[in-house]
Amino acid sequence: MVAARRSGGGAMSSDATTGAATARTGAVRCRGVGKVWGEGTARELVALDAVDLDVAPGEFVVMLGPSGCGKSTLLSMVAGLDRPTSGLIEADGEPVREPGPDRCMIFQQSSLYPWLSVADNVSFGLRLRGRPKSERRQVAQRLLRTVGLGDVLDKHPDELSGGMRQRAAIARALAMEPRVLLMDEPFAALDVQTRAKLQDFIRQVWTESGASVLFVTHSIDEAVSLADRIVVFTARPGRIKAVVPVELERPRDPRSAEYHRLHDQLIDLLRDEVDRAFAQQEKVSG
Amino acid sequence: MSAPHAEISVASAPVRAAPARPAGPRVRRIAAAAGWWLASVALFGGLWELAWAMGWAPELLLPPPHVFLQSFATQASFFDTSTIGEAQAPPPVAVATTVLATVGRVLTGLAIGFVASLVTGVVVSQLALVGKLILPTVTLLAPISPIAWLPVSIFLFGIGNGPAVFMVFIGVFFVMTLATISEINGVSATYLNVARTMGATRRQTLFQVILPAILPGLLQTLRMNLFAAWMVVLLAEAVGVGSGLGQVVMLARNTFNSSLVFFTMTVIGISGYLLDIVFRQVQGRLLWWRPAGAGAAR
Repeated sequence: MVAARRSGGGAMSSDATTGAATARTGAVRCRGVGKVWGEGTARELVALDAVDLDVAPGEFVVMLGPSGCGKSTLLSMVAGLDRPTSGLIEADGEPVREPGPDRCMIFQQSSLYPWLSVADNVSFGLRLRGRPKSERRQVAQRLLRTVGLGDVLDKHPDELSGGMRQRAAIARALAMEPRVLLMDEPFAALDVQTRAKLQDFIRQVWTESGASVLFVTHSIDEAVSLADRIVVFTARPGRIKAVVPVELERPRDPRSAEYHRLHDQLIDLLRDEVDRAFAQQEKVSG
Repeated sequence: MSAPHAEISVASAPVRAAPARPAGPRVRRIAAAAGWWLASVALFGGLWELAWAMGWAPELLLPPPHVFLQSFATQASFFDTSTIGEAQAPPPVAVATTVLATVGRVLTGLAIGFVASLVTGVVVSQLALVGKLILPTVTLLAPISPIAWLPVSIFLFGIGNGPAVFMVFIGVFFVMTLATISEINGVSATYLNVARTMGATRRQTLFQVILPAILPGLLQTLRMNLFAAWMVVLLAEAVGVGSGLGQVVMLARNTFNSSLVFFTMTVIGISGYLLDIVFRQVQGRLLWWRPAGAGAAR
């Protein structure tokens, strides 16, 4: 079903059927997943309530919702960084118990280690696995060239722009050959132009790596231009409000009528939730 | 994959170039800094000399710089530790030996304190049970001034290098242990999560993420404690050790030699200042990933 949807994308027709993409699957399955912070205390807070969500192998799923709706919490639970208080999360049929290199996460803030060169950052995961230096160097070189950073191998993260740092972080994730890429608002800290560039870039990374992507954002445009499927969340406690499939051809034209229709539909879906989230925040601060 | 080897091209944003510093301006900058340094010292010394010339400052109690600096050889002879009858060391050597003895005690104490506090801090933060057993005691002992430890250091180590090194150690150990723990708690959650998602073991996380992440903060704390250590060691030397700058100050006090007091104070000030410069250089070399001007490291 996903392959069919992707082949609708024309240019990427072959990718889901090539060997590289079928060798690993990258399916995620969430059943009745809930998260309560401070359970049993006076400040108990239900962040996420009984969420069912599936990501098919190779699919690009975007989670869209107001801030504080628990979408990032769900993402970090899929990564294995947090435990759900109820429900079950599986990756490729295996229950998620701890973080693993098959599910790589890309964070909102720059997460490169300032004490390592860009190349050493990219090959950090290989160093953890005890791979020899020459191999690490080679992999870093190849991946950095892939993300358009072939000439900054020996630079330090501080010398890169925000967009370049995020691309290096993506190269670092790709070095682990993940089956699922988890992205937590990876472009939120970037300016609009860089952001648009990196959206194109992410689409290409996704196409070439064959990995599934679970992507968190609160930008409707980002969701419409990237997703196979958009999962809209309610304000806290986070529940799935609607699932909107996006059947537009890639690359997507933001001026097309269908794009606008989807955009408007998502605005309508989100409006009440954003108001509610806002009211919640007012109450907390007041 | 229609074009698996195609490079994904995203226009590269310009790389922030390392600020180029031509030699000329650099020399001028250093010269300017040295100029202000001299001007400041000259102003202070000048006022002092003026006070002396006007008769406001009694020469016996507050000898001006030209008086206490004039007879270097005589002053330096008080730094000599050789027994009566033995050949005396040349004055500059006597002073240098004394300074080095003190510096050696400070550095030894700092090094032992740094390593011990790092190990303690790591153990406390990594092993919950040990942490719960150790941390309250450390927190209770931390506010006790090193001076209060002086009798203890003499009970334990008698006379010699021991008590001085111990005092420096005590002066930095508790502060640095608490600093280590707070630095470890302050390591960015993202840094740790990156390592976790890549399957790092606890050991790998400790050595490849936590330690490099806390090193800048720890060296900064160590440097801030350098002056404290420099003060404490003088006290220990004045009381318990047969040599060192503290001993000379004590000698000067006991013989009511005010010129020697100020001469020694000058030597102490300059040595401490130079020690800090050396430390800053080492810090800069070790923390090459810190861009110049970032944080309080420089």
